[in-house]
Amino acid sequence: MTAAPVQVGKGVAAPGRDRAPRKVNFDLKQSGIYIALALVVVLFAVLTGGDLLGPQNLSNIIVQFSYILVLAIGMVLIIIAGHIDLSVGSVVAATGAFAAVMMVDWGLPWPLAVVATLIFGAVIGAWQGYWVAYFGIPAFIVTLAGMLLFRAVTMWILGNEGKGPFPDEIRTLGNGFIPGFLGNIGLGEALGGADLFSIILGVAVVVGMAIVQVRARAGRIRYSQAVDPMWLFALKVAVPALLVLFFVVQLARFRNLPWVLVLLAVLVVGYTLVTNRAVFGRQIYAVGGNLQAATLSGVKVKSVVFWLFVNMGVLSAVAGIIFAGRLNLAGPTAGNAFELDAIAAAFIGGAAVQGGVGKVVGAITGGMIMAVINNGMSLLGAEPKEVMLVKGGVLLAAVAFDVWSKRRTATAK
Amino acid sequence: MTDTILRMSGITKTFPGVKALQDVNLEVRRGEIHSICGENGAGKSTLMKVLSGVYPHGTYEGDIQYDGELCRFSGIRDSEHRGIVIIHQELALASNLSIAENIFLGNEQAKNGWIDWNRTNAAADALLRRVGLAESAVIPVVNLGVGKQQLVEIAKALSKEVRLLILDEPTAALNDEDSAHLLNLLRGLRDEGITCVIISHKLNEVMGISDRVTILRDGRTIWTDETANLTEEKIIASMVGRDMEHRYPEHTPKIGEEALRIVDWTVHSPTQPDRALVRKANLTLRRGEIVGLAGLMGAGRTELAMSVFGRSYGVNISGRLFKDGKEIQARNVREAIDHGIAYATEDRKRYGLNLIEDIKRNVSAAGLSKLARGGWVDGNEEFKVADEFRTSMNIKSPTVEAVVGKLSGGNQQKVVLSKWIFTDPDVLILDEPTRGIDVGAKYEIYTIINRLADEGKAVLVISSELPELLGICDRIYTLSAGRITGEVPRAEATQESLMTLMTKEVQEVAP
Repeated sequence: MTAAPVQVGKGVAAPGRDRAPRKVNFDLKQSGIYIALALVVVLFAVLTGGDLLGPQNLSNIIVQFSYILVLAIGMVLIIIAGHIDLSVGSVVAATGAFAAVMMVDWGLPWPLAVVATLIFGAVIGAWQGYWVAYFGIPAFIVTLAGMLLFRAVTMWILGNEGKGPFPDEIRTLGNGFIPGFLGNIGLGEALGGADLFSIILGVAVVVGMAIVQVRARAGRIRYSQAVDPMWLFALKVAVPALLVLFFVVQLARFRNLPWVLVLLAVLVVGYTLVTNRAVFGRQIYAVGGNLQAATLSGVKVKSVVFWLFVNMGVLSAVAGIIFAGRLNLAGPTAGNAFELDAIAAAFIGGAAVQGGVGKVVGAITGGMIMAVINNGMSLLGAEPKEVMLVKGGVLLAAVAFDVWSKRRTATAK
Repeated sequence: MTDTILRMSGITKTFPGVKALQDVNLEVRRGEIHSICGENGAGKSTLMKVLSGVYPHGTYEGDIQYDGELCRFSGIRDSEHRGIVIIHQELALASNLSIAENIFLGNEQAKNGWIDWNRTNAAADALLRRVGLAESAVIPVVNLGVGKQQLVEIAKALSKEVRLLILDEPTAALNDEDSAHLLNLLRGLRDEGITCVIISHKLNEVMGISDRVTILRDGRTIWTDETANLTEEKIIASMVGRDMEHRYPEHTPKIGEEALRIVDWTVHSPTQPDRALVRKANLTLRRGEIVGLAGLMGAGRTELAMSVFGRSYGVNISGRLFKDGKEIQARNVREAIDHGIAYATEDRKRYGLNLIEDIKRNVSAAGLSKLARGGWVDGNEEFKVADEFRTSMNIKSPTVEAVVGKLSGGNQQKVVLSKWIFTDPDVLILDEPTRGIDVGAKYEIYTIINRLADEGKAVLVISSELPELLGICDRIYTLSAGRITGEVPRAEATQESLMTLMTKEVQEVAP
């Protein structure tokens, strides 16, 4: 991921006005969620006596919440464009059922079945995108209908029972780990053994991240744009790098890297690039920021919205396959209420209700906050009602903070 | 003997940075029809909002005496309680409710909190007969045409026992037949003793219906006189007769080949597809030339421009477009941009800018493909382009990464212009390019417009300010009720001659 440019105020005041003193202008809203995640992690690490950050538990958090994070990526894009998708839970179930029929009943080879399932997801997305973008029905209604329709499709495919078992490859994707190609290395008395290949992969990622950030900074300097002061830049490179390394080492000590983590990392990097750098990504923000202005600037607004829903359908299919593989079963109630977690992740991650604002990394962070709360509370033996209570409170607080900070900037004008 | 029902004296109303009204006096006699005339922005609507309490007492200076009493309205309910009812240009009816429900909205015919539908509908029927509307009171308003909706508004006013009725441009959206009916109705109401104040741009109607006329100009009262003493020419002269207070940069045009020709262009309203907003308009724009388009509110200026710009407004659009002599199709905005046409909107906040994004991303919004290779945007190039515009357009911001919503109006306008200049158009349509920006920034915008013309672009400027058009344009078209009523070279144009053309009624010609 590239460094988010934090603007350094060089006397940001308009000429003739005596305000805006020199200061490092942190984007409170964006950095706020990282701080929130850190606080939640520290809180539960302390409450669980360190169990939260233990090797096996870290692995569990990722595997248990991976499908929500996949959905959150698609969801935040739709929310940035000013829409919503309530149907993703049902689409997860429908695509999982579709995959089960092909692999379990018909015995199709798994790569073929996966491709067919992704296409099925795309078709579902195209259906909803058509009604929203070209027919002009609010996404809330279309996807509310979709929530019912695709649950019905699931039940129609499966009847009232689950279907399984899935081929080994699919189960490995949902549940499994990258094989240790290079064997273990010892990390000393305290840490014990860890998988060498995972650690090499982790180091490669950290080095890659650093190179991307350094090159981005060099590019900005070459075009004489404002850059962070060196200490802040170094901090921004070092902190995520250390976190990634910590994470990887812990996972390597348990078994290896889970496959879903690799998949998730690829998706996050890919979609971050699309939102920051691709013309299509820019058009999503333009549509959500001011629909009329985007239209009058030549953006094909309907087509952008249509493809966003197609994309959401495909990602729902990805989540559907992971989830079915993890349970080794496609069930009629699969994916229930997934949409709520995905939407909450996007909003906690700083997406704005009015559209035009949001980040993929933000949505992932928002999702991680929820994942840590879920996991931490269950480690503490909390009941589902208590978990829901806390998650509801966090969602409300996050959006309240968003509204409050907006009002504050509005009055400061 | 004269009996004054309303005397507004010394009214001054200030908005941040603008004096909308300055020491305005208005005296209305009981039982007369009194017209208020003035250019767009002269302060007519503001004055009526002060009177009706939309701007409550304390937000303006001066006194309102109504029926011999000093009034301090704190809201529109207060003024309605005294029998003052205002009917706005945009009708305020709930379209899915019935006529009767609309008439008694907020004034429900109820007993102990329960609505008496028989009484409601019977009373509504009686009011409809009074305004001459032969419709059942239970049908939804959405099924009525604009003319009939206007009558429902008047029936609603009558239900409140109106004594002073204010109508803001009541006939602007009506056809001739409906207008005639409405004006007759107003004469009838006058005979029943209801006083009317009408704001109108249609001078023949003003002459035909009113007893007296007051002229407002630049937020001041110019005079009030008996209609019998007036002519349309005198009203026009007073409406426009202000000093040339702005300065315009010198410019000698180098006029070249024809760039865009619009032939027999007709546009219909999206909400009333049988009503033509632009009718068989013909315009020619040449390279290096700055052409003005003058017209009063509702004449169809923006509708004409936006429909040409990739049919982004209106339905049932017919006519032909020629670019550099060759016929082109511009069925959507993308095609229009690709043909080298750009349109900078009159409402930059709603239609022109993404206010939550920075300068850089707004400048690149319409020409992003020029910064991209294979669908990926070169962020550093984008910064460079935006920064060059920041310098050349003198956008006052330390960095192009500042959020556009926080810039001043003039700087926002420069961002809009940068966005369109970056698409490298041959034809630029600028809709009210200096609306809401201060005098200094206006001068800069004029300079930019001249520079664009010198670069060989054809520029069409739409403006409500006649001095502005006279100051910067080489040639001016006038538009009245959707028709081009004149084409005048700058040397021959005066504010008076333009205003005459802008208010000219064109007879319906059988197709």
